[in-house]
Amino acid sequence: MTNPIGDLEKADVILITGSNTSENHPVLSTYAKRAVKRNNAKIIVVDPRQIPMTKLAAKWLRQNLGTDVAWINGLMHVIIKENLYAKEYVEARTEGFEDLKAAVEKFTPEYVEEITGIPANDIVETARIFANAKAASICYAMGITQHICGTDNVKSLANLSMLCGNLGIPGGGVNPLRGQNNVQGACDMGGLPNVFPAYQPVTNPEALARMEMEWGVNGMSGNLGLPVTVMLPMAHEGKIKAMYIIGENPLVSDADLNHAEQCLEHLEFLVVQDIFLTETAAKADVVLPSACFAEKEGTFSNTERKVQRVRKAVEAPGECKQDWEIISEIATRMGYEMKYENPEQIFEEIARVTPSYGGISYKRIEQDGLHWPCPATNHPGTPILHAAQFTRGKGLFHAIDFIPPAEQPDDEYPLYLTTGRVIYHYHTGTMTMKSDGLNVAAPECFVEIAPEDAQALGISDGEKVRITSRRGEITAKARVIDMTGPGTVFLPFHYAEAAANKLTNSALDPVAKIPEFKVCAVRLAKAA
Amino acid sequence: MFYYINSVDLYGYSSFHPKNRDYRYFRPEGLLDNYLRGIMKPKGNITINGRSYPFFAGQTILDVAQANSLDIPTLCYLAGAVSNGGCGVCVVEVNGGEELVRACETLAETWMIVRTESPKVVKARKEAVRKMLNTGNHNCAVCGTRDASWTDFQLGAQKSDDTTDLCPVWGDCRLQDLAFKYQVQGENTPSDTEYPKDLANPFFVRDYSRCIKCGRCEAACNEVQVNLAIDWDRNDKDASYPLANDLCVYCGECVQACPVGALVEKDVHYSLRPWEVDRKVRTTCSYCGVGCQLELHVRGNKIVKVNGVEGVAPNYGSLCVKGRFGYHFVGHPDRIQTPLIKENGKFREASWDEALDLVAKKFSQIKETHGGDTMGVLTSARISNEENYLAQKFARAVLKTNNVDHCARL
Ligand code: SF4
Ligand code: SF4
Ligand code: SF4
Ligand code: FES
Repeated sequence: MTNPIGDLEKADVILITGSNTSENHPVLSTYAKRAVKRNNAKIIVVDPRQIPMTKLAAKWLRQNLGTDVAWINGLMHVIIKENLYAKEYVEARTEGFEDLKAAVEKFTPEYVEEITGIPANDIVETARIFANAKAASICYAMGITQHICGTDNVKSLANLSMLCGNLGIPGGGVNPLRGQNNVQGACDMGGLPNVFPAYQPVTNPEALARMEMEWGVNGMSGNLGLPVTVMLPMAHEGKIKAMYIIGENPLVSDADLNHAEQCLEHLEFLVVQDIFLTETAAKADVVLPSACFAEKEGTFSNTERKVQRVRKAVEAPGECKQDWEIISEIATRMGYEMKYENPEQIFEEIARVTPSYGGISYKRIEQDGLHWPCPATNHPGTPILHAAQFTRGKGLFHAIDFIPPAEQPDDEYPLYLTTGRVIYHYHTGTMTMKSDGLNVAAPECFVEIAPEDAQALGISDGEKVRITSRRGEITAKARVIDMTGPGTVFLPFHYAEAAANKLTNSALDPVAKIPEFKVCAVRLAKAA
Repeated sequence: MFYYINSVDLYGYSSFHPKNRDYRYFRPEGLLDNYLRGIMKPKGNITINGRSYPFFAGQTILDVAQANSLDIPTLCYLAGAVSNGGCGVCVVEVNGGEELVRACETLAETWMIVRTESPKVVKARKEAVRKMLNTGNHNCAVCGTRDASWTDFQLGAQKSDDTTDLCPVWGDCRLQDLAFKYQVQGENTPSDTEYPKDLANPFFVRDYSRCIKCGRCEAACNEVQVNLAIDWDRNDKDASYPLANDLCVYCGECVQACPVGALVEKDVHYSLRPWEVDRKVRTTCSYCGVGCQLELHVRGNKIVKVNGVEGVAPNYGSLCVKGRFGYHFVGHPDRIQTPLIKENGKFREASWDEALDLVAKKFSQIKETHGGDTMGVLTSARISNEENYLAQKFARAVLKTNNVDHCARL
């Protein structure tokens, strides 16, 4: 997030898109809800589903799946045409405005209505609400990124925010809501194929040399590595021979699961380190039992870039070891000595090699965390990014055109499927499904079907239905409800026994390599 | 620190209204708040118990007292909510006036000379506490005289609770504390004989036989979480009990807010007394990216209850259903407890030495024969920064490949 969570309460307008905020980031959503209740802020929801946040929204726009670039360009079209944009800000802090203007020229409200299904006058009204806000915040999540055009979607949102002068001010910003507790940290630490800690490119020879020196090794690779969505197919082709999977369960979370399963089976050697024998661990040659969050010391970095402490409350069961101990032991046995007394020592090394974490220490975050960038021990941290200028100097507008989703409904697969989560479960459910209460509240997989579609298919509420896509088939209980609108069905992806991702499309965004989880075509029938 | 200055302009902090008091500015520990205090000028000084204290525009008498560690007892007051229920426990004497004022909702003024424990104040507090003790089955030791009515009362409470144990939050009750402090006893005359209950939801018990209608749950639900699940007007003294409707998402904000034994987590209800908690450990939630601060209550080697940490960002005490009630995976019997090695398609248990040697040997072999780029490491958005750092260091410095990623995009 460019802004801290608490900032949401200071926004006049909050645009929420591709995020079922009150179910997936419940406590964060309370800030938005309080902004409405106490400060008369306006929430704009753009989502195909009638998510709970729509109840408090001043405007809810239901776009056709995968048409985000179109409505965002449409808003900008209106804002530019009606001269509502932040002229001084655009002048002083951005470049590329003329290109943007040209690109959104054709996105008239009528044209946008054709693509997105959002009524033209809703586009106009929403554009005015957004542009007239003193501070407007944009929040998005996987509903924006999990598309073949995910990168375009994100850039479009940044365009919109900059156009109205909202980037770098309190109550503004473009705020990706991270789904998992430490996504931010995993990225910051260089858990990515293209960068070292602090986003230093692996292809930069200076960065490479610095890391080699810091780590005392030679011959590290300066080539881009493979992202997970490419690694798995490469395993299938035999080009990846061994994998070491720590705390992940790609066998429920990956798009096109049937294929992912075959990929892992082709590996020569698979090591899985986890707290439960997950679907993925079951495929491993060696399983290493690790400690969970309540059994260890360390830090997580939350979605607002705040580094916070994790503390040990209980002993890990049996012979479980800490992940850091296991990794160190393997490295040491392979001839590279990794020796740390405790996580704090590792953190000291992180602070040394990660400029944005340079000023952070366990001592400083004992009471309250710090937002990176925090380059020095006397730096107060940075709750708001881009306050005075952008990382690259001037903010660059990107001219972006609309491309339709990779898979469209046809005669054979006439319905759109989109996926998401429910409030009671988390990700692949390995953790939440161990709490009886959460299972009672959300016991099994369901598919949301609009009443119109259900009637046409002769399906009634509570019946078992079979859902088929080009890649697989599952059964789930029908929940006939007006959530997604006719023509679209929704499945939560938590449940291994009815894994939604057996159906989803693994077509990738060319830049971010994120699969298009949020759109695919399916057909429904009563299960026999 | 330009961004802070920006913030001040945007807040427009001068436009306070007593009932619409913006609690953000007065949260004691917030970073921003401290900064604001540094640049804001106090409005003046107020005298409390003979000493003079500076205060800011918009602060109540209670805010000033709390900022200076003066104890004014409260019951219905909920930090973070706009309105309070009028329990009358926080009353103080101002300038010797006949009428006492509620510290939680009265703005501090320069002319005020406040006394927080004068005889008049103590008398009023006793009365307020007594009234609440008489509203339901408060069958802890503070109740009543030892006569027949006492016995009847205890039996009635036992019947209603379906147990012979005392109140489930005995020893962890704000009302009980106040009754002890002000030496008040109830009169064994509960207001009702039948009370609504909700035992069906899987997370906590709602038992209104101990509800004192303080309204904290309603404020917590409707004003803090804004789940709007409790339709109940706390100012309507004839209203029934603050029951929840089906908008409830079991965040448990109301449970943490309830000062008495009306809303209690199922995991501790009659099975654990507050003094049986061995330690409380503050940590960060491991589910979503909000990073709420949790307080894990531990007995032996088991987490028995989770609360949100009050007064600190990002959650200021709030949690969601997963963070508060989703901790059972921690010590779950399905946890893997020893390393496993697969032989002929089946797992067998192995020692750490054997498993680690095998992994190191295989990784080394594959690296030598096929090169590091034929290997990949998936690290995790679930493990700590320290562990992510080591995992990518392992891939890069040991396996010599940049094939390292995590599944956050999935
Ligand atoms: S659990 Fe949460 S939603 Fe339900 S009544 Fe309590 S505060 Fe409201
Ligand atoms: S249930 Fe608890 S918090 Fe709610 S009004 Fe009753 S006593 Fe107060
Ligand atoms: S308590 Fe809920 S909102 Fe807070 S971090 Fe945990 S999962 Fe997220
Ligand atoms: S605490 Fe002030 S009236 Fe209850």
